[in-house]
Amino acid sequence: MNGNRIHALILRHLFLYQRSLPRIMEIFYWPLLDLVVWGFITVYLSQFKSGLPSVVTFFIGALILWDILFRAQQGITISFLEEIWSRNLMNLFASPLKPGEFLAATMIISLCKVGAVLIVAVLVAWAFYSFNLFILGVSLIPFILNLIIMGWVIGILTTAIIMRYGQEAEVLAWGMVFIFQPVSCVFYPVAVLPMFLQSIAHWIPAAHVFEGMRDVITNNSFPLTELIWASGLNTLYLFASFFLFHHIYNVAKAKGILVRVGG
Amino acid sequence: MVKVRELTKKFNGITAVDHISFDIRKGEILGLLGPNGAGKTTTIHMLLDIVTPTSGEILIGGQDLSQHREEILSQTNFASSHIAMPYSLTVEENLNIFARLYEVPHQQERIDQVIDELEMASIRSKLTRALSSGQMTRLSLAKAFLTQPKLLLLDEPTASLDPDSADKTRTLIQKYQQQFECTILYTSHNMREMEQMSNRIIFMSNGKIVANGTAQEITSQFGRRDLEDVFLTVARRG
Repeated sequence: MNGNRIHALILRHLFLYQRSLPRIMEIFYWPLLDLVVWGFITVYLSQFKSGLPSVVTFFIGALILWDILFRAQQGITISFLEEIWSRNLMNLFASPLKPGEFLAATMIISLCKVGAVLIVAVLVAWAFYSFNLFILGVSLIPFILNLIIMGWVIGILTTAIIMRYGQEAEVLAWGMVFIFQPVSCVFYPVAVLPMFLQSIAHWIPAAHVFEGMRDVITNNSFPLTELIWASGLNTLYLFASFFLFHHIYNVAKAKGILVRVGG
Repeated sequence: MVKVRELTKKFNGITAVDHISFDIRKGEILGLLGPNGAGKTTTIHMLLDIVTPTSGEILIGGQDLSQHREEILSQTNFASSHIAMPYSLTVEENLNIFARLYEVPHQQERIDQVIDELEMASIRSKLTRALSSGQMTRLSLAKAFLTQPKLLLLDEPTASLDPDSADKTRTLIQKYQQQFECTILYTSHNMREMEQMSNRIIFMSNGKIVANGTAQEITSQFGRRDLEDVFLTVARRG
Protein backbone atom coordinates (compact mmCIF):
# COMPACT_ATOMS: atom_id res chain seq x y z
CA MET A 1 0.00 0.00 0.00
CA ASN A 2 1.37 3.37 -1.00
CA GLY A 3 -0.04 6.36 0.91
CA ASN A 4 0.94 8.89 -1.77
CA ARG A 5 -1.07 7.13 -4.43
CA ILE A 6 -4.08 6.74 -2.12
CA HIS A 7 -3.78 10.45 -1.29
CA ALA A 8 -3.68 11.27 -5.03
CA LEU A 9 -6.98 9.51 -5.64
CA ILE A 10 -8.66 11.13 -2.65
CA LEU A 11 -7.45 14.52 -3.87
CA ARG A 12 -8.88 13.76 -7.31
CA HIS A 13 -12.36 13.40 -5.74
CA LEU A 14 -11.94 16.45 -3.51
CA PHE A 15 -11.10 18.53 -6.59
CA LEU A 16 -14.18 17.07 -8.29
CA TYR A 17 -16.61 17.75 -5.44
CA GLN A 18 -15.33 21.22 -4.54
CA ARG A 19 -16.84 22.70 -7.69
CA SER A 20 -19.75 20.38 -8.36
CA LEU A 21 -22.93 21.44 -6.61
CA PRO A 22 -25.00 18.59 -8.16
CA ARG A 23 -22.55 16.02 -6.77
CA ILE A 24 -22.64 17.58 -3.31
CA MET A 25 -26.45 17.75 -3.44
CA GLU A 26 -26.60 14.10 -4.47
CA ILE A 27 -24.86 13.12 -1.23
CA PHE A 28 -27.47 14.86 0.93
CA TYR A 29 -30.62 14.86 -1.22
CA TRP A 30 -31.93 11.29 -0.72
CA PRO A 31 -31.03 10.92 2.97
CA LEU A 32 -32.73 14.22 3.77
CA LEU A 33 -35.75 13.47 1.61
CA ASP A 34 -36.16 10.06 3.31
CA LEU A 35 -35.79 11.61 6.70
CA VAL A 36 -38.34 14.36 6.05
CA VAL A 37 -41.01 12.20 4.35
CA TRP A 38 -40.76 9.06 6.50
CA GLY A 39 -40.08 11.08 9.61
CA PHE A 40 -43.33 13.01 9.34
CA ILE A 41 -45.30 9.88 8.41
CA THR A 42 -43.91 8.23 11.55
CA VAL A 43 -44.83 11.24 13.70
CA TYR A 44 -48.34 11.18 12.23
CA LEU A 45 -48.83 7.42 12.83
CA SER A 46 -47.49 7.61 16.34
CA GLN A 47 -50.40 9.92 17.25
CA PHE A 48 -52.86 7.04 16.69
CA LYS A 49 -50.84 4.43 18.54
CA SER A 50 -50.25 5.96 21.89
CA GLY A 51 -49.10 2.57 23.16
CA LEU A 52 -46.02 2.73 20.94
CA PRO A 53 -44.12 5.83 22.08
CA SER A 54 -40.81 4.55 20.71
CA VAL A 55 -42.06 4.19 17.13
CA VAL A 56 -40.45 7.51 16.17
CA THR A 57 -37.18 6.39 17.70
CA PHE A 58 -37.29 3.05 15.89
CA PHE A 59 -38.06 4.49 12.49
CA ILE A 60 -35.90 7.58 12.52
CA GLY A 61 -32.98 5.75 14.08
CA ALA A 62 -33.34 3.02 11.46
CA LEU A 63 -33.57 5.58 8.63
CA ILE A 64 -30.37 7.32 9.67
CA LEU A 65 -28.49 4.06 10.15
CA TRP A 66 -29.71 2.64 6.83
CA ASP A 67 -28.50 5.78 5.05
CA ILE A 68 -25.06 5.21 6.57
CA LEU A 69 -24.92 1.81 4.88
CA PHE A 70 -26.29 3.19 1.62
CA ARG A 71 -23.80 6.11 1.51
CA ALA A 72 -20.88 3.81 2.38
CA GLN A 73 -21.80 1.63 -0.60
CA GLN A 74 -22.31 4.63 -2.90
CA GLY A 75 -19.01 6.15 -1.83
CA ILE A 76 -17.20 3.20 -3.37
CA THR A 77 -19.35 2.54 -6.41
CA ILE A 78 -19.81 6.16 -7.50
CA SER A 79 -16.06 6.81 -7.15
CA PHE A 80 -15.46 3.95 -9.60
CA LEU A 81 -18.20 5.17 -11.94
CA GLU A 82 -16.67 8.68 -11.94
CA GLU A 83 -13.53 7.13 -13.47
CA ILE A 84 -15.61 5.34 -16.11
CA TRP A 85 -17.63 8.46 -16.94
CA SER A 86 -14.47 10.52 -17.37
CA ARG A 87 -12.72 7.66 -19.29
CA ASN A 88 -9.92 7.80 -16.76
CA LEU A 89 -9.78 4.18 -15.65
CA MET A 90 -7.03 3.30 -18.12
CA ASN A 91 -4.90 6.24 -16.98
CA LEU A 92 -5.18 4.96 -13.42
CA PHE A 93 -4.57 1.27 -13.98
CA ALA A 94 -1.71 1.90 -16.42
CA SER A 95 0.00 3.78 -13.58
CA PRO A 96 1.76 2.04 -10.66
CA LEU A 97 -1.55 2.21 -8.73
CA LYS A 98 -2.55 -1.18 -7.29
CA PRO A 99 -6.19 -2.34 -7.13
CA GLY A 100 -5.91 -2.47 -3.33
CA GLU A 101 -4.82 1.18 -3.24
CA PHE A 102 -7.74 2.09 -5.47
CA LEU A 103 -10.13 0.37 -3.05
CA ALA A 104 -8.46 1.97 -0.02
CA ALA A 105 -8.94 5.43 -1.55
CA THR A 106 -12.60 4.78 -2.36
CA MET A 107 -13.17 3.52 1.19
CA ILE A 108 -11.74 6.74 2.63
CA ILE A 109 -13.88 8.81 0.23
CA SER A 110 -16.87 6.77 1.36
CA LEU A 111 -16.05 7.53 5.03
CA CYS A 112 -16.00 11.25 4.26
CA LYS A 113 -19.43 11.03 2.58
CA VAL A 114 -20.87 9.01 5.47
CA GLY A 115 -19.49 11.52 7.96
CA ALA A 116 -21.08 14.44 6.11
CA VAL A 117 -24.47 12.69 5.81
CA LEU A 118 -24.41 11.59 9.45
CA ILE A 119 -23.81 15.11 10.75
CA VAL A 120 -26.60 16.61 8.64
CA ALA A 121 -29.06 13.76 9.35
CA VAL A 122 -28.47 13.90 13.11
CA LEU A 123 -29.05 17.67 13.12
CA VAL A 124 -32.22 17.44 10.99
CA ALA A 125 -33.64 14.60 13.13
CA TRP A 126 -32.99 16.60 16.25
CA ALA A 127 -34.45 19.83 14.82
CA PHE A 128 -37.61 18.28 13.23
CA TYR A 129 -38.46 15.38 15.50
CA SER A 130 -36.49 16.07 18.70
CA PHE A 131 -34.81 12.74 17.99
CA ASN A 132 -31.38 12.20 19.49
CA LEU A 133 -29.41 9.42 17.80
CA PHE A 134 -27.03 9.34 20.74
CA ILE A 135 -29.69 7.64 22.89
CA LEU A 136 -28.19 4.49 21.38
CA GLY A 137 -25.23 5.17 23.65
CA VAL A 138 -21.90 3.38 23.23
CA SER A 139 -23.51 0.80 20.92
CA LEU A 140 -23.79 3.53 18.28
CA ILE A 141 -20.10 3.35 17.36
CA PRO A 142 -19.98 -0.42 16.62
CA PHE A 143 -23.39 -0.11 14.89
CA ILE A 144 -22.07 2.59 12.56
CA LEU A 145 -18.78 0.78 11.91
CA ASN A 146 -20.56 -2.45 11.02
CA LEU A 147 -22.98 -0.69 8.68
CA ILE A 148 -20.11 1.13 6.97
CA ILE A 149 -18.26 -2.15 6.47
CA MET A 150 -21.35 -3.86 5.05
CA GLY A 151 -21.82 -0.83 2.76
CA TRP A 152 -18.21 -1.26 1.60
CA VAL A 153 -18.76 -4.95 0.93
CA ILE A 154 -21.83 -4.23 -1.23
CA GLY A 155 -19.94 -1.34 -2.88
CA ILE A 156 -16.97 -3.53 -3.77
CA LEU A 157 -19.26 -6.30 -5.03
CA THR A 158 -21.19 -3.82 -7.21
CA THR A 159 -17.96 -2.27 -8.51
CA ALA A 160 -16.60 -5.70 -9.42
CA ILE A 161 -19.81 -6.51 -11.35
CA ILE A 162 -19.62 -3.16 -13.21
CA MET A 163 -15.94 -3.79 -14.00
CA ARG A 164 -16.83 -7.22 -15.39
CA TYR A 165 -19.99 -6.32 -17.32
CA GLY A 166 -19.36 -2.67 -18.13
CA GLN A 167 -21.66 0.32 -18.02
CA GLU A 168 -24.71 -1.86 -18.73
CA ALA A 169 -24.48 -2.88 -15.07
CA GLU A 170 -24.25 0.76 -13.93
CA VAL A 171 -27.83 0.77 -12.61
CA LEU A 172 -26.67 -1.64 -9.87
CA ALA A 173 -24.84 1.28 -8.28
CA TRP A 174 -28.23 2.56 -7.09
CA GLY A 175 -30.20 -0.69 -6.88
CA MET A 176 -27.87 -3.33 -5.45
CA VAL A 177 -28.12 -2.23 -1.85
CA PHE A 178 -31.92 -2.56 -1.88
CA ILE A 179 -31.64 -6.29 -2.60
CA PHE A 180 -30.31 -6.55 0.93
CA GLN A 181 -32.86 -4.22 2.54
CA PRO A 182 -35.74 -6.69 3.11
CA VAL A 183 -33.45 -9.19 4.87
CA SER A 184 -31.60 -6.44 6.75
CA CYS A 185 -34.83 -5.94 8.75
CA VAL A 186 -34.30 -2.20 8.93
CA PHE A 187 -37.84 -1.25 9.99
CA TYR A 188 -39.16 -4.51 11.46
CA PRO A 189 -37.82 -7.32 13.63
CA VAL A 190 -36.36 -10.46 12.07
CA ALA A 191 -39.16 -12.44 13.73
CA VAL A 192 -41.78 -11.05 11.30
CA LEU A 193 -40.03 -12.66 8.32
CA PRO A 194 -41.00 -16.11 7.06
CA MET A 195 -38.63 -18.82 8.29
CA PHE A 196 -36.60 -19.12 5.08
CA LEU A 197 -35.97 -15.35 5.04
CA GLN A 198 -35.08 -15.44 8.73
CA SER A 199 -32.32 -17.93 7.97
CA ILE A 200 -31.02 -15.61 5.22
CA ALA A 201 -31.24 -12.58 7.54
CA HIS A 202 -29.07 -14.44 10.04
CA TRP A 203 -26.17 -14.15 7.54
CA ILE A 204 -26.71 -10.43 6.90
CA PRO A 205 -24.58 -8.23 9.20
CA ALA A 206 -27.03 -5.30 8.98
CA ALA A 207 -29.88 -7.48 10.30
CA HIS A 208 -27.86 -8.02 13.48
CA VAL A 209 -27.17 -4.28 13.74
CA PHE A 210 -30.85 -3.34 13.41
CA GLU A 211 -31.91 -6.08 15.84
CA GLY A 212 -29.31 -4.69 18.22
CA MET A 213 -30.63 -1.17 17.75
CA ARG A 214 -34.16 -2.25 18.66
CA ASP A 215 -32.76 -4.11 21.65
CA VAL A 216 -30.99 -0.97 22.89
CA ILE A 217 -34.13 1.17 22.47
CA THR A 218 -36.49 -1.39 24.06
CA ASN A 219 -34.35 -2.91 26.81
CA ASN A 220 -31.52 -0.40 27.10
CA SER A 221 -29.02 -3.28 27.04
CA PHE A 222 -25.73 -3.64 25.16
CA PRO A 223 -26.38 -6.07 22.28
CA LEU A 224 -23.10 -7.96 22.53
CA THR A 225 -24.19 -11.14 20.74
CA GLU A 226 -25.65 -9.22 17.79
CA LEU A 227 -22.50 -7.11 17.48
CA ILE A 228 -20.23 -10.16 17.58
CA TRP A 229 -22.27 -11.76 14.79
CA ALA A 230 -22.29 -8.56 12.72
CA SER A 231 -18.53 -8.02 13.15
CA GLY A 232 -17.65 -11.63 12.42
CA LEU A 233 -19.75 -11.77 9.26
CA ASN A 234 -18.45 -8.38 8.10
CA THR A 235 -14.82 -9.45 8.54
CA LEU A 236 -15.47 -12.57 6.50
CA TYR A 237 -17.39 -10.74 3.76
CA LEU A 238 -14.88 -7.89 3.56
CA PHE A 239 -11.98 -10.28 2.87
CA ALA A 240 -14.15 -12.20 0.41
CA SER A 241 -15.03 -8.96 -1.40
CA PHE A 242 -11.32 -7.98 -1.66
CA PHE A 243 -10.57 -11.38 -3.13
CA LEU A 244 -13.48 -11.10 -5.57
CA PHE A 245 -12.42 -7.60 -6.68
CA HIS A 246 -8.85 -8.78 -7.37
CA HIS A 247 -10.16 -11.80 -9.22
CA ILE A 248 -12.52 -9.73 -11.41
CA TYR A 249 -9.74 -7.17 -12.02
CA ASN A 250 -7.55 -9.99 -13.36
CA VAL A 251 -10.42 -11.38 -15.44
CA ALA A 252 -11.07 -7.86 -16.85
CA LYS A 253 -7.38 -7.56 -17.78
CA ALA A 254 -7.33 -11.00 -19.38
CA LYS A 255 -10.49 -10.34 -21.41
CA GLY A 256 -9.49 -6.78 -22.33
CA ILE A 257 -12.61 -5.46 -20.59
CA LEU A 258 -10.71 -2.95 -18.47
CA VAL A 259 -9.71 -1.08 -21.62
CA ARG A 260 -13.23 -1.13 -23.05
CA VAL A 261 -14.87 -0.05 -19.80
CA GLY A 262 -12.41 2.64 -18.87
CA GLY A 263 -10.86 3.84 -22.07
CA MET B 1 15.33 -1.41 -22.98
CA VAL B 2 12.31 -3.46 -24.12
CA LYS B 3 12.35 -7.13 -25.07
CA VAL B 4 9.13 -8.72 -26.27
CA ARG B 5 9.23 -12.46 -26.86
CA GLU B 6 6.54 -14.59 -28.51
CA LEU B 7 3.83 -12.24 -27.25
CA THR B 8 0.34 -13.53 -28.00
CA LYS B 9 -3.13 -12.30 -27.14
CA LYS B 10 -6.32 -14.13 -27.93
CA PHE B 11 -9.80 -12.74 -27.22
CA ASN B 12 -12.49 -15.44 -27.26
CA GLY B 13 -10.44 -17.59 -29.62
CA ILE B 14 -9.61 -14.68 -31.97
CA THR B 15 -5.89 -13.97 -32.15
CA ALA B 16 -5.27 -10.22 -31.86
CA VAL B 17 -1.49 -10.52 -31.43
CA ASP B 18 0.24 -13.60 -32.74
CA HIS B 19 3.62 -14.64 -31.34
CA ILE B 20 5.39 -11.33 -31.95
CA SER B 21 8.97 -10.71 -30.83
CA PHE B 22 10.85 -7.43 -31.03
CA ASP B 23 13.32 -5.28 -29.13
CA ILE B 24 13.41 -1.52 -28.57
CA ARG B 25 16.87 -0.15 -27.88
CA LYS B 26 17.45 2.47 -25.23
CA GLY B 27 16.80 5.96 -26.64
CA GLU B 28 15.23 4.61 -29.81
CA ILE B 29 11.90 5.71 -31.33
CA LEU B 30 10.21 2.63 -32.69
CA GLY B 31 7.22 3.13 -34.94
CA LEU B 32 4.44 0.56 -34.81
CA LEU B 33 2.57 0.63 -38.08
CA GLY B 34 -0.34 -1.35 -39.44
CA PRO B 35 -3.95 -1.22 -40.55
CA ASN B 36 -6.86 -1.10 -38.08
CA GLY B 37 -7.09 -4.36 -36.16
CA ALA B 38 -3.43 -5.22 -36.78
CA GLY B 39 -2.78 -5.57 -33.04
CA LYS B 40 -0.84 -2.33 -32.39
CA THR B 41 -3.06 -0.99 -29.61
CA THR B 42 -3.38 -4.43 -27.98
CA THR B 43 0.43 -4.63 -27.96
CA ILE B 44 0.62 -1.23 -26.23
CA HIS B 45 -2.04 -2.29 -23.72
CA MET B 46 -0.02 -5.39 -22.88
CA LEU B 47 3.11 -3.25 -22.42
CA LEU B 48 1.08 -1.14 -19.97
CA ASP B 49 -0.19 -4.26 -18.16
CA ILE B 50 -3.84 -3.37 -18.62
CA VAL B 51 -4.31 -6.38 -20.86
CA THR B 52 -2.78 -9.68 -19.77
CA PRO B 53 -1.00 -11.61 -22.54
CA THR B 54 -2.26 -15.09 -23.35
CA SER B 55 1.38 -16.16 -23.63
CA GLY B 56 4.82 -14.67 -24.14
CA GLU B 57 7.15 -12.47 -22.18
CA ILE B 58 7.66 -8.72 -21.78
CA LEU B 59 10.94 -7.52 -20.28
CA ILE B 60 11.37 -3.81 -19.63
CA GLY B 61 14.73 -2.58 -18.34
CA GLY B 62 15.66 -6.25 -17.84
CA GLN B 63 12.69 -6.92 -15.55
CA ASP B 64 9.69 -9.10 -16.24
CA LEU B 65 6.55 -6.93 -16.40
CA SER B 66 4.37 -9.62 -14.84
CA GLN B 67 6.67 -9.79 -11.80
CA HIS B 68 7.74 -6.13 -11.42
CA ARG B 69 4.63 -4.21 -12.47
CA GLU B 70 4.93 -1.37 -9.95
CA GLU B 71 8.63 -0.60 -10.58
CA ILE B 72 8.23 -0.77 -14.36
CA LEU B 73 5.04 1.29 -14.55
CA SER B 74 6.53 4.05 -12.38
CA GLN B 75 9.13 4.51 -15.14
CA THR B 76 6.68 4.13 -18.02
CA ASN B 77 3.97 6.46 -19.24
CA PHE B 78 1.67 6.82 -22.19
CA ALA B 79 -0.39 9.28 -24.15
CA SER B 80 -3.24 8.43 -26.45
CA SER B 81 -5.68 10.49 -28.44
CA HIS B 82 -8.32 7.90 -27.50
CA ILE B 83 -8.05 8.32 -23.73
CA ALA B 84 -9.54 11.27 -21.85
CA MET B 85 -8.66 12.82 -18.52
CA PRO B 86 -11.07 13.76 -15.71
CA TYR B 87 -13.05 16.49 -17.43
CA SER B 88 -14.31 18.27 -14.31
CA LEU B 89 -10.80 19.02 -13.13
CA THR B 90 -8.54 21.79 -14.34
CA VAL B 91 -5.38 21.11 -16.31
CA GLU B 92 -3.21 21.81 -13.26
CA GLU B 93 -5.35 19.64 -10.95
CA ASN B 94 -5.05 16.73 -13.35
CA LEU B 95 -1.28 17.12 -13.50
CA ASN B 96 -1.15 17.40 -9.72
CA ILE B 97 -2.95 14.06 -9.33
CA PHE B 98 -0.77 12.22 -11.81
CA ALA B 99 2.39 13.70 -10.28
CA ARG B 100 1.29 12.19 -6.95
CA LEU B 101 0.24 8.88 -8.48
CA TYR B 102 3.69 8.47 -10.02
CA GLU B 103 5.40 10.01 -6.97
CA VAL B 104 7.21 12.64 -9.03
CA PRO B 105 9.86 14.39 -6.92
CA HIS B 106 9.45 18.19 -6.43
CA GLN B 107 5.93 17.96 -7.82
CA GLN B 108 4.94 21.62 -8.12
CA GLU B 109 8.29 22.53 -9.66
CA ARG B 110 7.96 19.76 -12.23
CA ILE B 111 4.33 20.70 -13.03
CA ASP B 112 5.38 24.32 -13.62
CA GLN B 113 8.25 23.12 -15.81
CA VAL B 114 6.02 20.90 -17.98
CA ILE B 115 3.36 23.61 -18.28
CA ASP B 116 6.07 25.99 -19.41
CA GLU B 117 7.68 23.54 -21.85
CA LEU B 118 4.36 22.64 -23.46
CA GLU B 119 3.23 26.29 -23.53
CA MET B 120 0.16 25.56 -21.41
CA ALA B 121 0.32 28.55 -19.06
CA SER B 122 -2.82 30.08 -20.55
CA ILE B 123 -4.86 26.91 -19.97
CA ARG B 124 -3.47 25.75 -16.62
CA SER B 125 -6.63 26.82 -14.77
CA LYS B 126 -9.00 25.81 -17.52
CA LEU B 127 -11.38 22.87 -16.99
CA THR B 128 -10.38 19.85 -19.02
CA ARG B 129 -13.85 19.62 -20.59
CA ALA B 130 -13.33 23.07 -22.12
CA LEU B 131 -10.10 22.14 -23.92
CA SER B 132 -9.84 21.90 -27.71
CA SER B 133 -8.50 18.67 -29.31
CA GLY B 134 -5.06 20.21 -29.62
CA GLN B 135 -5.04 21.35 -26.01
CA MET B 136 -6.30 17.93 -24.87
CA THR B 137 -3.43 16.27 -26.74
CA ARG B 138 -1.00 18.60 -25.05
CA LEU B 139 -2.47 17.73 -21.65
CA SER B 140 -2.18 14.04 -22.41
CA LEU B 141 1.47 14.56 -23.41
CA ALA B 142 2.06 16.74 -20.35
CA LYS B 143 0.80 13.89 -18.15
CA ALA B 144 3.19 11.54 -19.94
CA PHE B 145 6.21 13.91 -19.85
CA LEU B 146 5.53 14.92 -16.24
CA THR B 147 6.90 11.70 -14.84
CA GLN B 148 10.06 11.75 -17.02
CA PRO B 149 9.49 8.14 -18.06
CA LYS B 150 12.26 5.94 -19.41
CA LEU B 151 9.70 4.31 -21.70
CA LEU B 152 7.01 6.36 -23.42
CA LEU B 153 4.16 4.73 -25.32
CA LEU B 154 2.36 7.03 -27.73
CA ASP B 155 -0.79 5.69 -29.36
CA GLU B 156 -1.71 7.91 -32.31
CA PRO B 157 -0.88 11.09 -30.40
CA THR B 158 -1.59 13.32 -33.40
CA ALA B 159 -4.88 11.74 -34.50
CA SER B 160 -7.67 14.34 -34.72
CA LEU B 161 -5.19 17.23 -34.83
CA ASP B 162 -4.92 19.73 -37.66
CA PRO B 163 -1.57 19.68 -39.56
CA ASP B 164 -0.21 22.67 -37.63
CA SER B 165 -1.03 21.22 -34.20
CA ALA B 166 0.23 17.80 -35.30
CA ASP B 167 3.54 19.32 -36.42
CA LYS B 168 3.92 21.17 -33.11
CA THR B 169 3.13 17.95 -31.23
CA ARG B 170 5.78 16.01 -33.17
CA THR B 171 8.33 18.73 -32.42
CA LEU B 172 7.48 18.54 -28.72
CA ILE B 173 7.90 14.76 -28.66
CA GLN B 174 11.24 14.92 -30.50
CA LYS B 175 12.49 17.69 -28.22
CA TYR B 176 11.49 15.70 -25.16
CA GLN B 177 13.10 12.52 -26.50
CA GLN B 178 16.38 14.32 -27.18
CA GLN B 179 16.34 16.02 -23.78
CA PHE B 180 15.72 12.89 -21.71
CA GLU B 181 16.92 10.17 -24.12
CA CYS B 182 13.82 8.17 -23.38
CA THR B 183 12.71 5.17 -25.39
CA ILE B 184 9.52 5.67 -27.39
CA LEU B 185 7.05 3.31 -29.01
CA TYR B 186 4.94 5.28 -31.43
CA THR B 187 1.84 4.39 -33.43
CA SER B 188 0.29 6.47 -36.17
CA HIS B 189 -1.62 6.11 -39.41
CA ASN B 190 0.27 9.03 -40.88
CA MET B 191 3.08 7.55 -43.01
CA ARG B 192 5.02 10.78 -43.34
CA GLU B 193 4.89 11.21 -39.60
CA MET B 194 6.14 7.66 -39.12
CA GLU B 195 9.13 8.26 -41.38
CA GLN B 196 9.89 11.57 -39.69
CA MET B 197 9.61 10.30 -36.12
CA SER B 198 10.87 6.72 -36.10
CA ASN B 199 14.41 5.36 -36.10
CA ARG B 200 12.93 2.00 -36.99
CA ILE B 201 9.49 0.71 -37.91
CA ILE B 202 7.66 -2.51 -37.17
CA PHE B 203 4.88 -3.28 -39.59
CA MET B 204 2.03 -5.37 -38.18
CA SER B 205 -0.80 -7.07 -39.97
CA ASN B 206 -3.33 -9.56 -38.58
CA GLY B 207 -1.49 -9.65 -35.28
CA LYS B 208 1.85 -10.60 -36.86
CA ILE B 209 5.01 -8.63 -37.61
CA VAL B 210 5.38 -8.57 -41.39
CA ALA B 211 8.35 -6.21 -41.58
CA ASN B 212 10.93 -4.71 -39.25
CA GLY B 213 13.49 -2.11 -40.29
CA THR B 214 13.95 1.50 -41.32
CA ALA B 215 11.37 3.11 -43.61
CA GLN B 216 13.77 2.68 -46.56
CA GLU B 217 14.46 -0.96 -45.75
CA ILE B 218 10.75 -1.72 -45.54
CA THR B 219 9.86 0.01 -48.80
CA SER B 220 12.65 -1.82 -50.64
CA GLN B 221 11.67 -5.13 -48.99
CA PHE B 222 8.18 -4.75 -50.47
CA GLY B 223 9.46 -3.22 -53.74
CA ARG B 224 7.25 -0.14 -53.34
CA ARG B 225 7.75 3.60 -53.78
CA ASP B 226 7.07 4.68 -50.22
CA LEU B 227 5.68 3.60 -46.87
CA GLU B 228 2.13 4.56 -47.83
CA ASP B 229 2.33 2.25 -50.82
CA VAL B 230 3.55 -0.55 -48.53
CA PHE B 231 0.70 0.17 -46.13
CA LEU B 232 -1.90 -0.05 -48.90
CA THR B 233 -0.39 -3.30 -50.19
CA VAL B 234 -0.40 -4.92 -46.75
CA ALA B 235 -3.83 -3.59 -45.76
CA ARG B 236 -5.49 -4.74 -49.01
CA ARG B 237 -3.76 -8.12 -49.00
CA GLY B 238 -5.29 -8.63 -45.55
